[in-house]
Amino acid sequence: MDEARIARRGLSPRLWLAGGWLLLALLAAIFAPLIAPQDPLAQDLMLERLPPFWLDGAEPGYWLGTDSLGRDLLSRLIFGGRIAFIVAFAAATSACLIGSALGLIAGYFGGWADRIISRVVDVWMAFPPVLFAILLVAVLGTSLSSVILAIAIIDWTRFCRVIRAEAMSQARMDYVESARIAGYGRTGIMLREVLPNVLPSVVALLSLEMGIAVIVEAILSFVNLSISTDDPTWGSIIAEGRLSIHQAWWVLVFPLITLILTVLSFSQFGEALKARFDPVLR
Amino acid sequence: MSACLDIRGLSAVLPNGQRVLRSVSLTVQPGEVRALVGESGAGKTMIGKAVLGVLPKSVRVVEGDMLIEGEDLGQLDAKARRTLIGARTALIPQDPLTALNPSRRIGPQMTDRLVRILGWSGERADKRIRQLLDEVQIRDPERVLKSYPHELSGGMRQRVLIAAAFAAEPRLIVADEPTTALDVTVQKQILRLIAQLQRDHGTAILFVTHDLGVVAKISQKVSVLYAGKVVEEAETAQLFAAPQHAYTRALIAATPRYTDPYASLKPVDESVLAGLAAEIAAADQSWRPGHG
Repeated sequence: MDEARIARRGLSPRLWLAGGWLLLALLAAIFAPLIAPQDPLAQDLMLERLPPFWLDGAEPGYWLGTDSLGRDLLSRLIFGGRIAFIVAFAAATSACLIGSALGLIAGYFGGWADRIISRVVDVWMAFPPVLFAILLVAVLGTSLSSVILAIAIIDWTRFCRVIRAEAMSQARMDYVESARIAGYGRTGIMLREVLPNVLPSVVALLSLEMGIAVIVEAILSFVNLSISTDDPTWGSIIAEGRLSIHQAWWVLVFPLITLILTVLSFSQFGEALKARFDPVLR
Repeated sequence: MSACLDIRGLSAVLPNGQRVLRSVSLTVQPGEVRALVGESGAGKTMIGKAVLGVLPKSVRVVEGDMLIEGEDLGQLDAKARRTLIGARTALIPQDPLTALNPSRRIGPQMTDRLVRILGWSGERADKRIRQLLDEVQIRDPERVLKSYPHELSGGMRQRVLIAAAFAAEPRLIVADEPTTALDVTVQKQILRLIAQLQRDHGTAILFVTHDLGVVAKISQKVSVLYAGKVVEEAETAQLFAAPQHAYTRALIAATPRYTDPYASLKPVDESVLAGLAAEIAAADQSWRPGHG
């Protein structure tokens, strides 16, 4: 193997920047009780709408200021990250497993399997996703697990479509044909020959989907349909920040920046991973 | 002794009813190289795929029998047919770029087949593969076995594929234009390698090509194919010395020659093609699918 090429690929700034932010946010979320400077739920009306640390009137210990109930914004963002990451991992992984499995079957086997799966995907994608999510959560009830379930139910089609197309093109390759000549069964060929070649795309999509899951969770909590209102989530902080935008802009701006950075990092991380792990793509 | 491959009156059609193979008959005797020549779209590759049981879904065999070492493929159920084909045949594919799985290392790709087809232990398969890599003159087998396909050149990949094809000692190898995707200097080496291994192992080869120069070098017998119909078959030397069919004569005349580089290329004559079209139309007239 060419050492220089590996080093060059490994040092892609995109991978490090995106991965670095995600790692930072993930660690902060995991160790939230140790890191957060304040109790995210503690209200103190004497400390309401404190500005971030570099502005006049800031209080030490409240780095990004407080909201209209005097709760520390940084602590709320850190604790909100817990929900965001749980939803991102659980929902994206479920969607990925369902969608990739069906996509692989449809793309490789073709015929009836493909026709049925593709029609279901078409019908599924005719629903506007956010409305579909709101409807699902309204029916399932607001809880963490129903948010995860709703996102998985809606977004498996993304995986299904892409993986189907990839599996179809792989199935036409000569190495699949020689595996058939050698006498391998269809399922064996699908798992052994085709699956490894669609994995880079699965990884990229999975990371992208985690970003999407974070957005959808934020949207749901923005419209108060995520989990109980006590726990801070990025979406609910944004919703509160919107109400006090003229008095305390930071309550809206910081969660937005956090959200954007996280979603962007997920998608860039996925792309960079794909480029790194695809043996053909360089 | 029964022929290694015996195809009797094989006809195949597309969904629109168009015939792609027209009562093709040919035999490959054990240890013999049979060349199958014809222009693009003549159905050469289709015959190879039919033998190996990997015809596209859209192509349907409507009549004819295929026998591998006397065993009629049509009489076997799907599983037994797969096992028979897997054990007795192999393919040297046309395009070495897509014939190896890009995400797996060469070593496991090659040994897997032996373990699967012959039920060998991994160790024994590994030893066998190294022996074959030596036969195809790969000097650094360690590196090659650890490489991914994209790390090897086209010629190296084709050597690997030749080694893989011969490794399980098949009785019959279908070589589907194995030199077409390579550049000219490599073509010659690869051709020589295939001929060498064929002699050493005594394997029968159905050698699909459009290149009459290759035919002359490698094969003992030739079938000339036009529009899915065998128009002439003969011993190779005889075919070049005294071609019987007008199309064969035109094909030989159309081969570019190094001795006369300034002569313009001669396309196959219109009258020859018209004659062929009439011949095929007449055959199609009297043909009823399923009743020969």
